Amino acid sequence: MTNPKPNGGERSIVMSFYRAFKSLGAAIPTLLGVVLLLGLFLTLVSKQFIASVFTGELFRDTVIGSAMGSIAAGNAVNSYIIEEELMKEGVSLFAITAFIMTWVTVAVTQFPAEAAILGKRFAVIRNSLSFFLAILVSIATVTTLILIH
Amino acid sequence: MKVLAEKKTKRGKYHNYSFYFLIAVIFLYFLLFFFDPGGACKSLKASGDIIIRIIPVLLLVILFMVLMDYFLHPKTVAKYVGKGSGIKGWFLAISAGIISHGPIYVWYPLLKELRDQGMRSGLVAAFLYSRAIKIPLLPLIVYYFGALFVVVLLPYIVIASLIEGEIIELIESRKIQ
Repeated sequence: MTNPKPNGGERSIVMSFYRAFKSLGAAIPTLLGVVLLLGLFLTLVSKQFIASVFTGELFRDTVIGSAMGSIAAGNAVNSYIIEEELMKEGVSLFAITAFIMTWVTVAVTQFPAEAAILGKRFAVIRNSLSFFLAILVSIATVTTLILIH
Repeated sequence: MKVLAEKKTKRGKYHNYSFYFLIAVIFLYFLLFFFDPGGACKSLKASGDIIIRIIPVLLLVILFMVLMDYFLHPKTVAKYVGKGSGIKGWFLAISAGIISHGPIYVWYPLLKELRDQGMRSGLVAAFLYSRAIKIPLLPLIVYYFGALFVVVLLPYIVIASLIEGEIIELIESRKIQ
């Protein structure tokens, strides 16, 4: 199967497969490293530990929530389950929202993969911005909720 | 020739970095196995579970990469998500981020390919940020935090995606200057 190129010649589907596997193959050691690191994290860091770091002070807890979400890893479903536990413990919604946001937008455990594939500079800037934006999104969301109520 | 040599050096550095990282993580496992064999086995099992979970997404990513390589030309990529893509580019990147499934790191190789073909870095960042909106998990967030929380949070995530993308583009343009 071939597809004509705009500048003449043809593309072969076999070559497209070859290039895709080659590109992904180059990323495999990093991806494997990240998966093994996630396995360590999921086993060694407990929900109790995450709950124990919050202090009860609003702004500090929001920053802590953002930091904990950045370090935490795994399926987003886990973050909701942990958050429910934190809510029961009386942790503020500011901290909880920041935690949810950084869980999915900041990737400390996956940072080596992001830096290796998309570039160290891009990864550092993107993750730092995501960290601060999570705090802003949390403040904006909870303030809006308070105003609505 | 110089560009090709630079590309090869970059690729070489990337491969070295990848292997050092993997070796460092394996070393951590050896250490853990020495102090806590049970913990090391549990961690390996958790990693195995993750691998099984990400295989379907990896296959999807490979399929996307093949289709992209076969059908998309750099000019087409540049038209939709390149420098002159404007609002259409933002819309595409954020929508794709919202729809995309699976762990974030599985998407890095695909995004690299797109960026190499002309996708703007700001749109790559917007794609990654908008992944915070997970459509299949919306009922679960509503269950835990309420519908109002979700209705308020989602627009802010989209706005934050745009802000992050714009700031990255600003930094990139300053770097070029």
